[in-house]
This record gives sequence, C-alpha cells and structure tokens, in this order.
Amino acid sequence: MLEIDVKKRLRDFDLKVKLDVARGKTLMLVGDNGCGKTTLLNLVAGLDNPDKGRIALDGRALYDSDSQTNIPPEARGIGYVFQSYALFPHMSIYDNVAFGLRTRRMPPGEIKILVKDRLEAAGLWEIRKAKAADVSGGQKQRVALARALIIEPRLLLLDEPLSALDVRKQAAMRKGLSETIRACAVPCIIVTHDLRDVACLGDQACLLERGELALHGGAEEVLRWGSELDAKS
Amino acid sequence: MASNQAEISRFNERSLVELVNHEHEASGKAICIPSRTREVALKAGLALLLILAMTFIALPVVALFLKSPLDTIFSSLQDPVVMDALQLSLTTSTLTTSIVVLMGTPVAYVSARFHYFGKDMADSLIDLPVIMPPAVAGIALLMAFGRMGILGHYLNAFGISIAFTTLAVIIAQVFVSSPFYIRQARTSFEDVDLAFENAARTLGASRIYTFFHVILPIAMNGLISGAIMAFARSLGEFGATIMFAGNFQGRTQTMPLAIYTAMQGDLDVSLCLAIILVAISFVVIVLVKTLTGRVYKKC
Repeated sequence: MLEIDVKKRLRDFDLKVKLDVARGKTLMLVGDNGCGKTTLLNLVAGLDNPDKGRIALDGRALYDSDSQTNIPPEARGIGYVFQSYALFPHMSIYDNVAFGLRTRRMPPGEIKILVKDRLEAAGLWEIRKAKAADVSGGQKQRVALARALIIEPRLLLLDEPLSALDVRKQAAMRKGLSETIRACAVPCIIVTHDLRDVACLGDQACLLERGELALHGGAEEVLRWGSELDAKS
Repeated sequence: MASNQAEISRFNERSLVELVNHEHEASGKAICIPSRTREVALKAGLALLLILAMTFIALPVVALFLKSPLDTIFSSLQDPVVMDALQLSLTTSTLTTSIVVLMGTPVAYVSARFHYFGKDMADSLIDLPVIMPPAVAGIALLMAFGRMGILGHYLNAFGISIAFTTLAVIIAQVFVSSPFYIRQARTSFEDVDLAFENAARTLGASRIYTFFHVILPIAMNGLISGAIMAFARSLGEFGATIMFAGNFQGRTQTMPLAIYTAMQGDLDVSLCLAIILVAISFVVIVLVKTLTGRVYKKC
C-alpha cells in the first residue's frame, strides 16, 4: 500500500495531495499540463522533496517531515518510466536493462540470466546490441519498462508511457502494458492525458487541478467527469 | 439610354482594371530585372569577402611553409634549442591539461548543476583569464607567487621558489588555459538531460556511480574537446610564461618563447618550431570538430 499526504509550494500554486494506492491497484493521474502530476511522481520517487507531509510504502516511511525521514531515490526500490524514457544513449539495450542490477552489485552470471529472460519476454533479445538511440519508439518504451521492472520494484511510476507513440502502436502497447502491470502486483501510478489509458489501465483515477485533487473515483467514472466539471463551472 | 450608360460604366470599370493590371505587370518586370541583378551582385560581394577573409588567414600559413624548405626543417629538428623547447612544451602542456581536467571537471559539474550564493561571480572569475591580456596574467602571477608576492613571500621563507622555474611555466599555463576546458565542460554537463541522472538514481545508482557511469560518458566528447583546446592554449602560451617564468632554455623556454628567441639569430629554427605548432593546431581543429560532431541523440 502506498500512502501519500504531501504539501509542496510550486511556482504558481500549492501542491496538496492525499491519496492511497493499494497493492496490485493502478491509479491513473489525469490533469492539465503543469498541474503538478510529474512533480507528484518525482516526490514519491525521491527526486524532489515535499515541504511537508508523509509518503509511506508498505508501512515504511519513504519521507516524513515530522521524523525527518528522507530515503534517497536509489534506496526506495521504485520503478520509474520517464516520459522521455531516458534510456542511456551511450549504452546498448542490454546494458540499459542490466544497469539496475549492476548498481546492486549482482554477480555477472546472474545478471546475464535475468536480463536475457526479461529481454526475451519483451521481444527485445534480437536488438540487445543496438544503441538505445537507434531503436523505434515502441521498442524504447518496452526497454524503459523492462529496465524499471527488472529491479523488482515495490512501486511503479509511469509518466505518460504511451504519449511518445503513434495512435496505432498505442492500442497494441496499451494491452501489453496492462498485462505487465497486473503481473507485477505492486501499487502503480500512471500519469496520462488520454482517457482511453484510464479506461484500459486504471482501477481508480484522480483529476489534479492546480495541485489539488479535484475528483477521485473509479476508472469507469472518468467519462462522467466532463459533465460534472461543466456543471460545477 | 439607361442600359447604354450602364454598359459604358461597366466598360470603363473593366478598362480601368485592365489598365491597372497592365501597369502592375509592367512594373513587375521593371522591378524583377534589377532585383535579380542585385541578388547576383550581393552573392558576388559576399563571395569576394569570403575569398578575402580566407586569403588573409591562409596566406601567412602558406608563406610559412613556402619559406621553409623541408631539408632545413629536418636539420633544424636536431638543434638542441628545438629539441629542448619541444620536449618542455609537450611535457608542461600535458601536465597542465591533466591538472586542468582533474581540477576543472568537478568545478564545471557544480557550475552546470547547482545554484549557490555568488555563482555568477564565480563563473565570471573562471572566465576572466580568457579576456585578461597574457602579460597582465604574468605580472599578476608574479605578484601572487613571485619571491615578493602575496603567497610567494611565505613560500620563500620555507625555501620554496616558484617564479622562473618549470613549475611557474605550468602555473602560467593552468591559469590561462583552464577557462577553455571549464567552459566547454560546463556546457557539456548542462547538455546532459537531467532525466538520465534521475533514471539512474531510481535504478539504484548513488550520485557518484551516476556521475561516473552515466553523466561522464554522455558528456565525454565535449570534455575531450575541451581538454584538447586547453592543451592547444597551453602549448601556445607566451605572455604570462615569459613574465612569470622567464626564458631559460631547457627549463622555461617553451616553443613560443624559443620561436621569439631564435628569431633574433637563426630564422630556420624559428620556422621549424612554427611549423610544428601549425601542424599541432591543425590536428587540434580536426579532433575538436570530429568530437563535437559526435553528440549523442536524446533517447
């Protein structure tokens, strides 16, 4: 279970979020550009610090302003797929996926077996020697996901994982992504702009507006939000 | 009658439109020809300027080669002045580049990634030796590290004398060449997308591991070209060295100083040293161009 209760002063508004994501559940985070979605993911990952509050995963505090706990990102065990995928350009696909295991000083033999399994499962073994910059958008997305999952994360964060792909690829990748996330059985937060992602990948969804949760509910309720927001305004 | 008047007025309108169109066409042609001529004249003018600029740069270099027969160059290479200067220049420049890279890399990284109090001032200070006249740099170094200098005064009390030694050559070279490396390295680090650093951290890499395995390899081409520029600058250093280190053969007489000294006696030695420096400059330009052209695509 992931528990978030944080406050952070951003340039134009305050980010104030309180939410929980249960193990094996996927929370879809939607909202306009600049409403604080990526900042929230960075706070959970430890790449940025809240001003106040608490972030806990499976009962263990990752950040707690009261007890001054702040676990560094490398010790949080979080799988993060960045919007740009952030594949290391000087490394091959194989080395990108092996990176997280090498930082854990795992024996090379073990790394080889795990990376091979992961790349074969993702259909990437044939292009393992290619440089990250030379593969297609869809392959980059699968490499980024494989790289995040190989470390067996306790939490998954995906920042617009399908936005860099064209529409036809998105449909196929969405299905594969949904299956992969379910198989992990960890809490997962996905930032998206696309309501089809919400319907297909999410168990619950949040609408973030200027740093605050405007709406929170089941993924199937998302389509009703448009009319609710119109009624509010 | 009324219909006739309407027809006349329509005719008049039509002829007016035709007249205007005709005038436009005529004026169009009239404008078209001079504009083409102007374009050709502009291109010819620009080509002429380019040729003049190229000739201005190429002529002295070509003259250098034309005025030095190959056999004279080879015989001059045996001259102890040339050998000493070449050896001293290569040794001091290599040491200088190593010092600049070791000290400059962390400075450039901090400058690229972090904000701290007085950062603008620190950045300006780093860049200062680029615009400071070399003779001023030399006298400033003498005032700092010379026998009567601010720091040199204390060092002298311990029997340590820096001015007019090989160490002074290296200090002068580090002073003038460090901005060339630090500026290039800072730009290269700034160009490394922060997402790579963040991705490495979430995958379990510490800051130091991330620096050596992710940031440094991505910025490497820029760092190498910066180091080559610093090497070239220290190889050509003259003003600060002659002021701070003097001009002693085998100890402080680097290639530019030897060229200057030999000019007054043996021109062949000067030309030989000059040609070696020109050759090194060409290699430097080719290397820097090749390395800066190989930039990693964003992933």
